[in-house]
Amino acid sequence: MPSLKDVQNKIAGVKKTAQITKAMNMVASARLRGAQDKMEAFRPYTTKFNEAMSNLSGGANTDSLPLMEVRDVKTVELVLVTSDRGLCGSFNANIAKLAAKKIVEYEAEGKTVTLVCVGKKGFGSFKKTGKVRTKYTDIMAGFQMFNAREIAQDISQNFLSGGADKVEVIYGHFQSVARQIPASQDMLPITHVEREGEAEVKISGDYIYEPSTEEIMEVMLPLYLNVIIYHAMLEVGASEHAARMTSMDNATKACKDIVQDLTLVFNKARQAAVTGELMDIVGGAEALKG
Amino acid sequence: MAQQIRLEVVTPNGAVVNEDVDIVNAPGYGGDFGVLANHAPFLSTIKIGLLTYEQGKKRESLMISGGFSEVSNNKITFLVESAQFGREIDVDRAMKAKERAEKRLNQASAHDDKINQTRAEAALQRALARIKASKIA
Repeated sequence: MPSLKDVQNKIAGVKKTAQITKAMNMVASARLRGAQDKMEAFRPYTTKFNEAMSNLSGGANTDSLPLMEVRDVKTVELVLVTSDRGLCGSFNANIAKLAAKKIVEYEAEGKTVTLVCVGKKGFGSFKKTGKVRTKYTDIMAGFQMFNAREIAQDISQNFLSGGADKVEVIYGHFQSVARQIPASQDMLPITHVEREGEAEVKISGDYIYEPSTEEIMEVMLPLYLNVIIYHAMLEVGASEHAARMTSMDNATKACKDIVQDLTLVFNKARQAAVTGELMDIVGGAEALKG
Repeated sequence: MAQQIRLEVVTPNGAVVNEDVDIVNAPGYGGDFGVLANHAPFLSTIKIGLLTYEQGKKRESLMISGGFSEVSNNKITFLVESAQFGREIDVDRAMKAKERAEKRLNQASAHDDKINQTRAEAALQRALARIKASKIA
């Protein structure tokens, strides 16, 4: 039987934990709103970008572009985008799991796999495998386009120098506040840019290009890589906060359950103590009567 | 009233301009170009520099950094990494950025450091464009 004081202390402790998890839940929901706004703001850019790209790639001769070169795949590079901070349920673990699955698959085909880790948690899961080529940690909190550009530049340089023949991005897709699923997207070589939604009538033939389509593509393809990375980072940013919201909500609920159970234990112990004291008094009185 | 063309400036952080204007001037790949209403479909890369547009008597200037622009259906769209109105530019900061970039450019060329040199050059261009944009506003 735990003593009254012990149970009391434990209840106080759990209540404090509940306070913290509740605060974290509120912080996460505020940040989620910010992350969603950021995603919303980026959407017109991607839509327009893809439109222009699909118009272009229709008319361009893509053979001469090194970023679109399809090679025999010997080395695959996986870009793992995760959050920097934990306490968000199984969100990062799920991304890592997908990555591990891909690694096993590619290695079974006799390909070498290297990793680029964006975000601390993904790096933490894979640093012991020795496959990590570079990492970018502690940038997920307030990243900007230039962070994405830096990463994209490094990846495309590695691709161009033959360090990897294929690059895939693995990130957490933000489906809704309640649902974030790990997803992967091919990044390099750039194959074909599809327009979102229905295929519109192409008017690419009538365009005046300045400079030539090929030269424009040379400028736009690296930008396209930036867009892919930035997009993955935005998705992970929003997913992270959504996942944290859910898990902190669960934690707060669990705390409440524990407090209820402990209160029951406390009341029982108190009752037992009262009964015990009464017995003593009654026993003492009986003895005096003699 | 002369015919107008719709101007859209879109950056990764959202749309900056979405207005009907009389004329747009922008720094294209082969030099500055101007676009009036009903321009033929046109696609060009954009350098770091100054975008100006007129709307009646109103004249605005923006600093834009690299990207591209597309003209179609009487609409001109700029997709650039960043865009900032001349009146919103912090001149002191741009001046400091300019000095910093110049210093780094000297150091980089002394060490024959290609990557840092291109970076510093881009930073310098951005700073210069900012200063220019703020003067016009």
